[in-house]
Amino acid sequence: MSFLIRQTLIYAVPLMIVALAGIFAERSGIINLALEGIMIFGAFIGVAFVRILQGVMVPSPADPENMIGLFDLAYQSKNWLSLQGYMLLTMLISAALGSIFSLLLAFAAINLRADQTIGGTALNMLAPALVLFFVRLIAKQNTLQLLSGDSAKWFMIKKTTLGFDKKADIGFLGETFLNKVYLSTYICILIFVILSIILYRTRFGLRLRACGENPQAAASLGIDVVKMRYAGVMISGALSGMGGFVYALTTANCSANGDVAGFGFLALAVMIFGNWKPLNVAGGALLFGLFKCIAAAYSTLDINGDGIYALANIGVSAHLYRLLPYLITLIVLALTSKNSRAPKAEGIPYDKGSR
Amino acid sequence: MKNWFQSKSFRALLSSLLSILIGLLIGALLILLIGLTDQEIGLKGAWDGIRLVFLGVFSNGRNEAGLLTFGFNPVSMGNMFFRAMPLILTGLSVALAFKTGLFNIGAPGQYLAGTCATLFIALSIPTETVAPWLVWILAFLGGLLAGALWGSIPGLLKALLNINEVIACIMTNWIAANVVTWLFDISNLKNIAEGTKSGYIYKTTYNNVATPKLGLDKLFAGSQINGGILIAILLAIGAYIIINKTTFGYELKACGANRHAARYAGIQDRRNIVLSMTIAGAMAGAAGSLYYLSGNTEFFWSTYQSLPAVGFNGIAVALLAMNNPIGVIFSGCFMSLLNISGQQLTYLTAFNEYITDVIIAVIVYLSAFSLIIQLWLGNRGKKSVPRTEKAKAADADASTPVVPGKEE
Repeated sequence: MSFLIRQTLIYAVPLMIVALAGIFAERSGIINLALEGIMIFGAFIGVAFVRILQGVMVPSPADPENMIGLFDLAYQSKNWLSLQGYMLLTMLISAALGSIFSLLLAFAAINLRADQTIGGTALNMLAPALVLFFVRLIAKQNTLQLLSGDSAKWFMIKKTTLGFDKKADIGFLGETFLNKVYLSTYICILIFVILSIILYRTRFGLRLRACGENPQAAASLGIDVVKMRYAGVMISGALSGMGGFVYALTTANCSANGDVAGFGFLALAVMIFGNWKPLNVAGGALLFGLFKCIAAAYSTLDINGDGIYALANIGVSAHLYRLLPYLITLIVLALTSKNSRAPKAEGIPYDKGSR
Repeated sequence: MKNWFQSKSFRALLSSLLSILIGLLIGALLILLIGLTDQEIGLKGAWDGIRLVFLGVFSNGRNEAGLLTFGFNPVSMGNMFFRAMPLILTGLSVALAFKTGLFNIGAPGQYLAGTCATLFIALSIPTETVAPWLVWILAFLGGLLAGALWGSIPGLLKALLNINEVIACIMTNWIAANVVTWLFDISNLKNIAEGTKSGYIYKTTYNNVATPKLGLDKLFAGSQINGGILIAILLAIGAYIIINKTTFGYELKACGANRHAARYAGIQDRRNIVLSMTIAGAMAGAAGSLYYLSGNTEFFWSTYQSLPAVGFNGIAVALLAMNNPIGVIFSGCFMSLLNISGQQLTYLTAFNEYITDVIIAVIVYLSAFSLIIQLWLGNRGKKSVPRTEKAKAADADASTPVVPGKEE
């Protein structure tokens, strides 16, 4: 059970944060189809940055004559705090560059009043192409990996990290939320909560949402629609860039190969499924995380801890489990389409003149 | 003749050519920058790379002195047409849906559906009892139908439940990828005859089914070309006639321009949306079908983690052609030309084929605001035109809904 919850969270968190990215863009009136592309870009930037950090050599404290890698030093001296710090720094870098990458969409959609769907598709094509081009140049293969070790070695929080003994019993909650987890999961949940409050409880959030519903009315009240839409897209870019790195960190062993397995598109579906509202989106993301988790680990999933792999014993093909998240999305969309309410002005270029 | 230079289609062509030029220049710039920063590659390597980006299809490899040589290369040229075939068809698929205001990002899934049906039919019907040409026709029609069926799903969801076709297409793409993997996994079509080739389905030639070459292999000796390219061109011409010369085509376009106005005028908008997506699906299905019926390509069946790039590149093909079915023929050839250039880059230099994907992405990005580029081109050309004509042209500009994608 602990495993199931933990794994579900690992899949759900990138979905959740990227779906929130979609909400910020669309609530400001810009369709961000490029979530997938920005995720791919963010994942690459994050992994590349971790590689660069790993390559930094510092004099070893024990023996100043010898040089030692920044990560190895922290690992040997059990300085977990600085390793987690490096991870947070990388998340920030991915977010910043994701935001810059999303400017391409913002510029085309807001200044040039281009078709937003096509602009987003262009970014979705550009990101993997650029990433693979550079990955191949750097790594001479199609996957960019860390110089040494993987995300489990450097960044995963285990019992021992927190000072417990390897065999210590830390209870169900401890086992679920403190063992073999990533700090990024909780940071993302925190960011999700804070940004949701900002969207609904602050002046900025209200103005942003107004630009997605009726930009002309918003402009007549003195709101700078262009600025608001830029803010929406850039926050969106930052969140999806960060989500991309978190995806690479937690599910791809901190490697980048120009692919996030359709997570960006799935996040888009979660956003529509959640009716452009953060709370519903969080629920939707958890549901999809659960299905993704089952698809990935159904054969070794021991739900109630009695040593029986119930799902594997049903004898349903693995293909069905892999297919389910997409099929269920489609069915749920079909069932809820009547209540679906997209921001009114999304996808329509802002024209000061039209009322 | 003067009017022709001012015409909308000329400006559309010019803006496409401009997009291509900018895309290629950005690719060249990227290569130059890497040449400047990477000592191993250097300026000489960058110069080789840039020449290959522009002239890859004419590359004849390196001579004894290690210098690049250029000239007519029948293999590259023939392969260019061979790979243009599926691109033309997926491009046609996206373009036809655009005409009805629908963004068919589901071409990869429809392509997979077509591939799957075709391979099952072509490999399962014994050619000892049924004539191979009949099996070929059945397999092609099967691919067409499977693609059409797969395309009709988002069409139906859009028409009946008003579900965004983009999201429905993305979901059907991944469902197709999983279903196809599943079906082949439990089939007996996996290539076990050749031990080293695990993960592939038999070529259709295993069952003596293949598209006839029609003598094209004599023209481009040593290449993969076959009669499929002619079928693709015929389908494109057929699509052009349907869209521009028939009532049905007019209704499709009317739904694309304004769905509600079309309904008010007595056009069945829902039926047309479903039909448009069905036809689009059939085209993408035909792309997969013809590509694997060539008999010299193998299908990697465990495809549940990735979607065929040729489906997504269809979007680029359609946009570059401004959704004109005849234009799709040329833009499809251009995209596969880039593809060949990328291959030559990988073989002959330190660079790799992904640079051409960057170029394609830049071209798609530029085509997102092609309307702006066209307006700009129009304004430039009009400086010497008398005032009255200028006003007329401006009116024409205001009423040209060239960029597709969104309804409302």
